[in-house]
Amino acid sequence: MFRLDRQDAGLLVFVAVITLFAPILLNPFAEGSAMAQFNAGYPDLMQRFVIFAIFAIGFNILFGLTGYLSFGHAAFLGIGSYSAVWMFKLLSMNVIPAVLFSVIVAGVFSLVIGYVCLRRSGIYFSILTLAFAQMSFSLAYSVLTPITNGETGLQLSLSDPRVLDGKTTTGALPETNLFGVAMNDTLSVEALGRVWQFSAGYYFCAVLMLIAFYISIRIFRSPFGMMLRAVKSNQQRMRFTGLNTRPYALAAFVISGMYAGLAGGLMAAMDPLAGADRMQWTASGEVVLMTILGGAGTLLGPILGSGFIKYFENIFSKINDTILHQWFAFLPDGLENFVVAVIYPFVGKGWLLTLGMLFMLVVIFLPGGLIEGAQRLRKLFARTPTGAADRRAPASKPAE
Amino acid sequence: MDGLILQTLNGLDKGSAYAMIALGLTLIFGTLGVVNFAHGALFMIGAFCAVVMNGMMSLSYETIDPAQLDFLGQPMKVETTYLSSWVGPDLSAALIDWSVPLSLLLTVPVMVLIGFVMERGLIKHFYKRPHADQILVTFGLAIVLQEVIKAFFGANPIQTPAPGMFEGSFDFGVLMGFDPNAIIYPYWRMVYFVFSLLVIGAVFAFLQFTTFGMVVRAGMADRETVGLLGINIDRRFTFMFGLAAAVAGVAGAMYGPINAPNYHMGMDFLVLSFVVVVVGGMGSLPGAVLAGFLLGIVESFASLNEVKMFIPGIDQIIIFVIAIVILLTRPRGLMGRRGVMEE
Repeated sequence: MFRLDRQDAGLLVFVAVITLFAPILLNPFAEGSAMAQFNAGYPDLMQRFVIFAIFAIGFNILFGLTGYLSFGHAAFLGIGSYSAVWMFKLLSMNVIPAVLFSVIVAGVFSLVIGYVCLRRSGIYFSILTLAFAQMSFSLAYSVLTPITNGETGLQLSLSDPRVLDGKTTTGALPETNLFGVAMNDTLSVEALGRVWQFSAGYYFCAVLMLIAFYISIRIFRSPFGMMLRAVKSNQQRMRFTGLNTRPYALAAFVISGMYAGLAGGLMAAMDPLAGADRMQWTASGEVVLMTILGGAGTLLGPILGSGFIKYFENIFSKINDTILHQWFAFLPDGLENFVVAVIYPFVGKGWLLTLGMLFMLVVIFLPGGLIEGAQRLRKLFARTPTGAADRRAPASKPAE
Repeated sequence: MDGLILQTLNGLDKGSAYAMIALGLTLIFGTLGVVNFAHGALFMIGAFCAVVMNGMMSLSYETIDPAQLDFLGQPMKVETTYLSSWVGPDLSAALIDWSVPLSLLLTVPVMVLIGFVMERGLIKHFYKRPHADQILVTFGLAIVLQEVIKAFFGANPIQTPAPGMFEGSFDFGVLMGFDPNAIIYPYWRMVYFVFSLLVIGAVFAFLQFTTFGMVVRAGMADRETVGLLGINIDRRFTFMFGLAAAVAGVAGAMYGPINAPNYHMGMDFLVLSFVVVVVGGMGSLPGAVLAGFLLGIVESFASLNEVKMFIPGIDQIIIFVIAIVILLTRPRGLMGRRGVMEE
């Protein structure tokens, strides 16, 4: 199917089924029940799942395959957001031109930045990308205010030209749409005594995510992908054989930059607003974390990692001490207060603390991420060591 | 002319902080070969040691003084610090006034301890791992340290005033024959600059003139051979990690009066300090110090209004621009050694 072998096609179909039925699968608990807060099936969060999955899939093409650790990919995310919002302001509220434009602009920027940064490798590459990202962040805040609207962030306004759409008559800000289907439209279906919501925006992002995932599989299996892996494992030997590796690494950098631009454009398409804080280096760190947590260099890893982090970020930040007290109400009072006091710093506003610890634990004990964890578990329970399935996705070595 | 002198002076205090952090980073990198992204967090913890010191000194208890009445006519509660009940009110007031310099007594042991624990507990296991893993694990540690501090001290900056003696500013202009008020420089920044010179000088002297330092330098040059000579180089390197942590810590503790400590100051300084290390040359101690001061001064010059009119926004990005230019033209940095992290 789609020129993939059976196993990859199976993986693609698996991911496709999961994403298409996510509004149902992610809502296992009935509304109003005590567990309802663990549901993740509302449009806003699901959109974030797939958008960050795109971001991480793209980052994985660079980091997972070539081993170049970029600490500046959030810059492309921000650039994508800004270009998409400008498209909404100038051309049309249709999301197609906006997303296309954001991908192209991010691609151009990543070509320039990548050309410069890829002259060095290792830690120097990380620091160069970090420097570029911080530069874009500072510029977006200060000098480029006419383009980025500084601290307020770039927003739509009624006086925008929007040449293709014509003047709005209602006096309200127009909504982003795909040929008339508004992105925040939801289709509510009542079934099994509950209301299921299917959001147009989510499905738009999900389809793009599947396309992005498909392209990433093709890259992984192509000779180009092999070349990138060779860059990672022994760049010097590649050079000795008379091959110039830089164009390959640059291509990977531009592709991953375009993925980041796509993610940024989609973020703006879901909520037409772009701020400079999207470009901060902590945001770059987040995508590194997603990729590592899922498993760098594996196909499914980045999707798992981004979903995992966004889900727990959302759930953990919502838990407050009242909820904790409810949970542990069955304990004797003194013990209950103690347990709540111990857990409380890690939830709610302390989510970042949990994230940092998780990050350390993964890097220390599971350098291959969740995928490696799953493989280890499987090995533990399987009678025959290393089944045929393991052969295609070898435990990824941490990148140099 | 007076503007130039003023900007140079203004650059010195930030440059001192950069230089001290970059020195520690380079020490760690040169000895252990580890890229420590948590070094900014150590700087921040040092700053909060000063906050803790101040807080400990101001611990107090309440007594009811029947002789005085409050506005409701009740006997008034009087707060007395433990310190003043031990050493008397005058001395205790003086000690609290001097809490920032005194906090160094707390900062040094705490930071050395943190450094030891970090190296033995975590970094040790990452020597053989690739640099990317080292970056990632120390980045995670930086987040954790930052969040722990935030959980304890809150998100707002905490004022840590300098001793009263050093409040106010010194008028350099008069000294050098310019108009009064042309070059005004706060006393504490001068103290900070001199302090940083002392610290940096002490580290260099330690490495240069003691046997221990000689062994460490030998270990930086060729770790294996030093090990073959029967010297336990690992233990010395652990000590150097503690020393680097202490340098970052005291740099942070004394920085409090210039910029009130907050939980993200470490991250703010870290990115720039890495740039400093790279510009100076990975693994070169004098390079790190030189680049630190240089970039601090350049940054301060770039924020002159005349320069900003010429190239808008240059003050925000000048350091990064310099880093990019240096990395592309002189890959080894200003004073980098041959063969250290060239690829």
